[in-house]
Amino acid sequence: MDTILSIRNIVKVYPNGVVANKGISFDIEKNTIHALVGENGAGKTTLMKILFGIETPQEGEIIYKGKKVHFKSPLDAIKNGIGMVHQHLMLAPDLTVAENLTLGIEPRKWKIFLDTDKMNEIAKRVSKEFGLEVPFDKRVKDLPIGVRQRVEILKALLRNVELLILDEPTAVLTPQESDMLFKTLKDLKKHGKTIIFISHKLKEVKQIADRVTVIRDGKVIATKDASELTEHQIAELMVGREIKSERIAPSPKVGEPLLEVENLDYINEENIPVLKSVSFKVRSGEILGVAGVEGNGQTELVEILTGLRRLTSGKVIINGKDMAGKTPREIRENGVSHIPEDRMKNGVAEAATIKENLIVDRYYKKPFSKGILLDWKYITNYGKKLIKDFNVLATSPDALVSSLSGGNIQKVVVARELSSNPSVIVADQPIRGIDVGSEELVHRLLKEARDKGSAVFLVSADLDEVLELSTRIIVLYNGEIVARFDDVGGLTGKDLGPYMLGVKREE
Amino acid sequence: MEKYILKYFDAIRTIIAILIGIFISILVIYIISKSPGGSLRYFLLGPVLSKSRLGNVFETATPILFGGLAVSIPFQAAQFNIGQEGEIYLGAALGTAFALVFHMPAFLYAAMVLFFAGLIGAGWGYIPGILKAKWKVDELVSSLMLNYVAYFFGLYVINYHFRDKKAGFLVSYQLPKAAWLKQFIPGTRIHIGVILALVFAILVYYFLYHTKLGYEIRMVGFNRHFARYGGINVFKVIVLSQVIGGFIAGVGGMVEVMGIHHRFNWQMSPGYGWDGIVVAIIGHNHPILIIFAALFLAYLRVGGQVLNLMSDVPSEMVTVIESIIILLITAEAFLSQWKYRITVREAARKEELNESAS
Ligand SMILES: Nc1ncnc2c1ncn2[C@@H]1O[C@H](COP(=O)(O)OP(=O)(O)OP(=O)(O)O)[C@@H](O)[C@H]1O
Ligand SMILES: [Mg+2]
Repeated sequence: MDTILSIRNIVKVYPNGVVANKGISFDIEKNTIHALVGENGAGKTTLMKILFGIETPQEGEIIYKGKKVHFKSPLDAIKNGIGMVHQHLMLAPDLTVAENLTLGIEPRKWKIFLDTDKMNEIAKRVSKEFGLEVPFDKRVKDLPIGVRQRVEILKALLRNVELLILDEPTAVLTPQESDMLFKTLKDLKKHGKTIIFISHKLKEVKQIADRVTVIRDGKVIATKDASELTEHQIAELMVGREIKSERIAPSPKVGEPLLEVENLDYINEENIPVLKSVSFKVRSGEILGVAGVEGNGQTELVEILTGLRRLTSGKVIINGKDMAGKTPREIRENGVSHIPEDRMKNGVAEAATIKENLIVDRYYKKPFSKGILLDWKYITNYGKKLIKDFNVLATSPDALVSSLSGGNIQKVVVARELSSNPSVIVADQPIRGIDVGSEELVHRLLKEARDKGSAVFLVSADLDEVLELSTRIIVLYNGEIVARFDDVGGLTGKDLGPYMLGVKREE
Repeated sequence: MEKYILKYFDAIRTIIAILIGIFISILVIYIISKSPGGSLRYFLLGPVLSKSRLGNVFETATPILFGGLAVSIPFQAAQFNIGQEGEIYLGAALGTAFALVFHMPAFLYAAMVLFFAGLIGAGWGYIPGILKAKWKVDELVSSLMLNYVAYFFGLYVINYHFRDKKAGFLVSYQLPKAAWLKQFIPGTRIHIGVILALVFAILVYYFLYHTKLGYEIRMVGFNRHFARYGGINVFKVIVLSQVIGGFIAGVGGMVEVMGIHHRFNWQMSPGYGWDGIVVAIIGHNHPILIIFAALFLAYLRVGGQVLNLMSDVPSEMVTVIESIIILLITAEAFLSQWKYRITVREAARKEELNESAS
């Protein structure tokens, strides 16, 4: 086999002094799918940014197709046939999907004017070819994150790359979409392309990768054929110790309903009914899981429950009070916490420090402030404690969120939302981008909250997660609840599938 | 050593920028002036050569500092309100009118007049604020337009209703003595307002970094969606940041009238709002840094005046030199490569220590 890319002894130090890559070396064979795995903050994204010309390493070299290369910018890398799908999406929010897809290679009429028809045509063609559906005439900023991810993937595929880097592409995709993506990736491989694939879902790694490189704390721990390793072994290599998973028994006491939704309707700005007479209850001590293909109303439902969006009609009763149309502050005051779907948009202020991010819902309360003044001493110690409790890899509570790795940003959000003693937890993709070790931690915390009497409303694109955590499950399709499962014992993804795809519905 | 460079990098960068700026000024002066040595001395040391000139630096810095503080608050909320020029002007004009109409006991007088001028500025900040919050009208445009309205309205009020016809110029009547801010250092015009400006800077610092509303303002500035999600009333913050900024601008305008001129004499808008934007940018919208930025700009101005008066360098060149220095300081990327190399060496050394320790 040919080596297409040789990474030799890469060392990367960030301006804040964090050494993210400590001498990384491995080879990538042409025509393979090579997975890169490691804990949050291990240095995966950093290494990929170096390959793609976004970051410059202090030491080491990269040999691409037999030649030593030094990409100065992504443009350089793209010219050489390298494409990258970023962990945190980098599309132009004010442009349409078609414009984003063809950015830099846009078709023109008489070499001057943008040829919008042709643009849409190209967009339609690739979208069909690769089985990733996108609304090509909508502005990117109006799209949910999963759709944006699809756009980003298509954008890379459209550019006819030889080496495609995918940084956690499936974190925001539904299992069906992931499967489609994997089919595409295998096709690409057949056509001689090479793919670097980053994921925290080890099942996926086993499913499609030929080779696996594990990195831990900026160093390569192993590079092996995927067939040589089990999921469990990969996980242990990642964390460097044995992992034992413990099952927590379902909560014995289910109490009063804390979250009740009655006949909720929502018609969006474009006059499309997105939610149609949705009713459900979540009781104290239970986790209600929502299964469904993304884009069937989950995002809107969560935003309505948490006050970010106004419903059209219906009731949302939380802790006995009608909260429909109330502000996020009023809803949070009533005991609700919210892990948002899109952490970069809603979950954090990147340019602020970790501690400032941790108090956004509670800065005005004692003991975080007294009178009109904030108590920074208390807040700093509080920040230190949450960083430790939630296993956030950070230099201090004063570090900027923008200096954290993707998974660690997610942990900051989770730390804030699960530490406020909420009675209702609205968790939308709570473990998005989080590594195996911390995934367990987050799940354990959700279960503990449940056992302490909270009601948890869980939305996840990951069916396994829904099945593992939920006390009860509802399936959302096209804005309606099409099935309810009050007993999840023995339930599998196969049972839910037909409902999620709208082929079947309960009477 | 390198550790310290990192810690104080921003300060060091500013000092180096100033040195380079001065070096360029030297070159320019050498080319233009017939006696470059003397001219240079006037420019660089002019402001410290006499007590009255040193006083000038502080007097000049005062309205600029008020302007900078007024800019920093909406800017921290990512509200690009640039209406400070109008707020200062109208605050001073209507404040003067207020002082001339209502006479009060001495101990209340100055405070009431300043407070009134502040309210005028606040009201002027409220308009773009509410337009933005309610109807998404771009505050940059609306506040810029309002500057003209403020200017002509202020001019009208003074020239048609409070003009001192006995004075040889277009100026208002003199304020009663009780409304003056006392000049307390003989040989200079340094007045109570200079102290007041410093007090305001410290208050604004505490406000932005230690109060709840300050926190809200900064979070809205970082990410509006995040602030809303966290429960902050973004609408309120957008409006209040501009109202509070306006208040400070209005006070600043009136302080200048009460401290220096003792009557309203601005037939042209004085430009403190624009200077305020410059020092707010140099000072990264941080009130304490803005104090130094304002002093620095004032020093340049006074040095320029001395140079202009005492040498053959024309005032246009003085402005050019001033601008070059400011440009260098505001260039963010300047020297960042250097900082980066030091960081890398520091990190490498720490790694080595770690390795050998374990
Ligand atoms: N811009 C930055 N400035 C400073 N430090 C950074 C920056 N980006 C990343 N880091 C640090 O570098 C380390 C590696 O981060 P990186 O993003 O490469 O991790 P990752 O392996 O992609 O993790 P994840 O699985 O969470 O995405 C982390 O400790 C992170 O805090
Ligand atoms: Mg990453």
